[in-house]
Amino acid sequence: MTLRVAVTPHRDAEGEAVVASAPLVGVTGLVDCRVSRIYHLASEGELSDAGVERLCREVLVDPVVAQYCTGEAAPAEGRAIEVAALAGVTDVEARELERAARQLGLGELRVSTAIRYDLIGDLDDNAVAAITRRLLANDTIEQSCEGSLPPTFAAQASAEAKVESVPLSNLSDAELEILSTERVLSLDVGEMRVIQAYFDGVGRDPTDAELETLAQTWSEHCVHKTFRAAIELTHISADGARSVTRHDGLLAALREVTEELDPWWLRSAFVDDAGIIAFDDEHDLAFKVETHNHPSALEPFGGANTGVGGVVRDILGVSARPIACTNVLCFGPADLPDERLMTGVLHPRRIRDGVVAGIADYGNKLGLPTVNGAVVYHDGYIGNPLVYCGALGLLRHGSHPTEARVGDRVVAIGGRVGRDGIHGATFSSATMDASTADKVGAAVQIGDPITEKGCIEVVERACQAGLYNAITDCGAGGFSSAIGEMGEDLGVEVDLEGVRLKYPGLQPWEIWLSEAQERMVMAVPVESLPALGQLCDDWDVELTDLGSFTGSGDLVVRHGSTPVIEMSMDFLHNGLPRREMTATWVDPPPAAVSSPAVTGQTVLDLLAHPDVASKEDIVRRYDHEVRAGTVVRPLVGRNADGPSDAAVLKPLGTNRTPSAAVLSSGLCPRVGEHDPYAMALLALDEAVRNLVAVGGDPDRVALLDNFCWGDPTRSDRLGGLVRAVQGCTDGARRYGMPFISGKDSLFNEFEGRAIPPTLLISALGLVPDLNSAIDSGGMADGDDLWLVGQGSGSLGGSVADAVYDLGATEVPRPLDDPLPRYRAVHSAIKAGLLTAAHDCSDGGIAVAVAEMAIAARHGVAVTVPADGSDQFAALANEGPGRLVLAALPGDRDALGEILGAHGRRIGKVTADKRITLGVATRSIGATEGAGIVVELQDAVAAFTGRSSP
Amino acid sequence: MTAPPILIVHASGTNRDGDAAQAVELAGGSPRIVHVNQLRRGDVKVGDHAGVLIPGGFSYGDALGAGQRLALELRLWFGHELSEVVAAGKPVLGICNGFQVLVKAGLLPGPLGGDAAAGVRQVTLAGNSQGKFECRWVALRVEPEVRSGWLQSIRGSVIRCPIAHGEGRFVSAGDAVTDELETQGLVAFRYLSCGAVSPDPSEPIRAAAGAYPANPNGSSADIAGICDRTGAVVGLMPHPEDHVLDWQRPNGAPGGSGLPLFAAFVSAARQ
Repeated sequence: MTLRVAVTPHRDAEGEAVVASAPLVGVTGLVDCRVSRIYHLASEGELSDAGVERLCREVLVDPVVAQYCTGEAAPAEGRAIEVAALAGVTDVEARELERAARQLGLGELRVSTAIRYDLIGDLDDNAVAAITRRLLANDTIEQSCEGSLPPTFAAQASAEAKVESVPLSNLSDAELEILSTERVLSLDVGEMRVIQAYFDGVGRDPTDAELETLAQTWSEHCVHKTFRAAIELTHISADGARSVTRHDGLLAALREVTEELDPWWLRSAFVDDAGIIAFDDEHDLAFKVETHNHPSALEPFGGANTGVGGVVRDILGVSARPIACTNVLCFGPADLPDERLMTGVLHPRRIRDGVVAGIADYGNKLGLPTVNGAVVYHDGYIGNPLVYCGALGLLRHGSHPTEARVGDRVVAIGGRVGRDGIHGATFSSATMDASTADKVGAAVQIGDPITEKGCIEVVERACQAGLYNAITDCGAGGFSSAIGEMGEDLGVEVDLEGVRLKYPGLQPWEIWLSEAQERMVMAVPVESLPALGQLCDDWDVELTDLGSFTGSGDLVVRHGSTPVIEMSMDFLHNGLPRREMTATWVDPPPAAVSSPAVTGQTVLDLLAHPDVASKEDIVRRYDHEVRAGTVVRPLVGRNADGPSDAAVLKPLGTNRTPSAAVLSSGLCPRVGEHDPYAMALLALDEAVRNLVAVGGDPDRVALLDNFCWGDPTRSDRLGGLVRAVQGCTDGARRYGMPFISGKDSLFNEFEGRAIPPTLLISALGLVPDLNSAIDSGGMADGDDLWLVGQGSGSLGGSVADAVYDLGATEVPRPLDDPLPRYRAVHSAIKAGLLTAAHDCSDGGIAVAVAEMAIAARHGVAVTVPADGSDQFAALANEGPGRLVLAALPGDRDALGEILGAHGRRIGKVTADKRITLGVATRSIGATEGAGIVVELQDAVAAFTGRSSP
Repeated sequence: MTAPPILIVHASGTNRDGDAAQAVELAGGSPRIVHVNQLRRGDVKVGDHAGVLIPGGFSYGDALGAGQRLALELRLWFGHELSEVVAAGKPVLGICNGFQVLVKAGLLPGPLGGDAAAGVRQVTLAGNSQGKFECRWVALRVEPEVRSGWLQSIRGSVIRCPIAHGEGRFVSAGDAVTDELETQGLVAFRYLSCGAVSPDPSEPIRAAAGAYPANPNGSSADIAGICDRTGAVVGLMPHPEDHVLDWQRPNGAPGGSGLPLFAAFVSAARQ
């Protein structure tokens, strides 16, 4: 029998949110929305009334704030809409209710859940459809209807394991191409031909699993074909001069600089799931940033949710305990008019809200502080948002084992395998269009953070106890990538029959390929299996012994007695032909720009730009305090609403020394639209000056690169990418900072339109003594304000250019010799001479000074050096290498000595609640024009979007 | 002085166990993080400990309501052992998710006497009034009239620390229940209106009076935490365990540390 239970809270913020959002999707008649949770309870036998009542009373219903009814759906008060996840989508509520029923002695229930929305008001069919489609349900993972939905139990039918042979041997190039497209293999004809030739040599056609495994392993996502390719770049400068250069592997170029620099504190770069540097004499830090763009475009919550899960697993993959998260997000404008939205694309506001909720859900539930990030809004991300997720980990030095041995068991721990998440790697290696959601919806998943949390606890203890010889995460491609990579040198033999499934009926290739999120694979010596099993039992984690490392050099996969895969590891990992690619870059012609006049409104306009304005609504959704180690928070200042430059973290359990970790980021895609080379250097500088501003040591910085780009097979996109990599390698040398890990996400295009070239530089560094860390809001009345660095006259790629549509193309010139100024600032911080520091980036010095005033809730009076620019450019340019510092007047001489020529005194912190800005044309004191005065409360209102004291 | 053994209960999804262990250790206790599965198997006994702390997190993902699943397990599997702990006067502290668990397991506020029918939940922690998870610093006061014996030494003191929760709105089943909590001294902590991150010493100590964000979730009567009639069991939503070291506070604001709460807890455990 199946029984329906509906639980309805007396008062519901969720319903209120639907009512509040309805006008945004063009519905004005909705006056109330009641939200009920629906539980379908299915049982083999009879469910007693007493049993159901007990389940409701003890588990389902909080009698203080909710009521329930059982049986048929209650009649609708208005229009009743039900929404349920499609069968097979992760449903933790259902699973936990099934467990609770067992614990209460009510036997084996199967549970399916749904949500019912009673929409009350004057609503026609169009209004109900708009609310349903645009606010309540996402067809990619959910079904919805008016009235009541039947329960959505996953199919229980067990199908016989079938392995299909895919005819390949006589196919023409055209047929090979069709096969690649139809099976979402994302392989080109050349690659398909190599596979054809290999199996011709073996004397048979490939199995479905073999072909899929090759497609995953050879996908752009997994093997970074573009970053390994030989590329010929034709660079045409603005005056028409043409030069041709050859680039023998972009990844190799990045690694080469790291090997050149090779600082003593570098532990591991580029070889593992995450880069590793020394922290103190006992511990190392591991850092990784990933992207989850395409899944987030289709299902923002699930896409971002599993993005966090994925990067945290990368940290587990180097045997580190995850200790913090970061996120950088790029969306279309939140206020985009509906008529500009393309078919098949979710509204940017919905994408943003879903992404933020997804990150919050996963990070908060894992108990990781989400401490650093940025948000960029730009038309170029409407069809293809970007979601960068980063994770930091802590491990004991030398504790990460990396060598599987012959005879070790292949052991998987964590989540069960379902059909969701198939083709994640190949899907992310193709561009998107209006039909993408229909074709690859199955690649999108909902995460299960609590299962991953169990893996974290087990891996930490298993590592301490030395229970495994190697470990890696199951990312895109599932077992095929994880086991395929781990067994590359030795060869493995695996039996899929014992794999725990979410529901029966999966075919062997699906089990092998499905990207179950919360899973790790380990190489475990036979004698350690019992101890690992006990550990898994203790922490509610499931373990499966799949097979062994053989020493044969082959990948052998069976399902019981049915052969699934038999391939040489050598072909799998080395058979992929290297790509030869051609790239072109044309420098944009210079454009004449006329600066607008400067008024107080200019400062308010810049502060209100969505990239600059307060991100407090997002930041407070993330727990940034858990693990008790947040020293410099994402929000700082008197009322904790000023923007922070970087996060300083003291890892739990490292109190023996005062050192702390610092995380920062830099990105400037608006610059990338004009000059990707400069973008790389300017993003790098932004990450570094953010890090230095809070007390990070510029001589202990490691960098991550994350390239998000368009289709690299188009030569203009690739040309920009090569230029950006050149910027990274030049930057690493110039700043003396090695790249320790990186990732590229290519094919970020929607219907032929590429995103702006977007490079995120993330920096990880050290604060020698956490007590010396400072933030942007610590200054007091009477403090001196100093400026480090020179301005630039160029407004290309600036927020000012975006706000006033200036058409500037010339971008600021990167720094030639950045380190001396940063070392000077660091010395001043270590000497305790600064009360606050803030970097000049989006919106220039006008915004930097205003943000400090907002953070401290003090006035400021500043005369900005013109450095050869007009008044507008002087205030709004985003030239690199600049920091505003605050210090006691009594420390003026000491600070002047440390800063030398790098620092100039530009004004004071004042007791009045005003921001007073002037521009000095010749020397300090000679102000051009009357100067601008902005009331602090107006600046706060512009920055926060609400009036506030 | 001996370091009393403190049981820190971990269920799948618990995540501030490390923070709590650090606080207990700094306060002179000897923390031991134990998973519910290990307790259930009998590897470790609740009764072998001098105090019990249920820390923050998302036990079982907060599926079916915050703390609901772990509350069920505590009732089904450890109900007897926990009542022995309470009867022995050993301190029991629930923080955030742990508070939600204690409330939903019926240990807080426990039987109120009067008309309230036994076994029917009288108070709960519902979704924040703003409808979402929120992380921010708050100021709270240990209520001067609080009944709990082990809170006596810190009565009236102010604690500044973060909250980080989505379901922290304290709600009671009616005004009569709230009155009962007040008159019996079961209200243990209240949110204050004074600055959480930048305290102004001249500002009077006043309850938040429902004003957001000082009262960060819409809790009735600004209640941030309560105790039971025995005084042994105490729970609160904010995280004093995240402010036990000077550098953990924003802006270097003096005072208001959470450490004295843990010192009181450990001291009670020692007796």
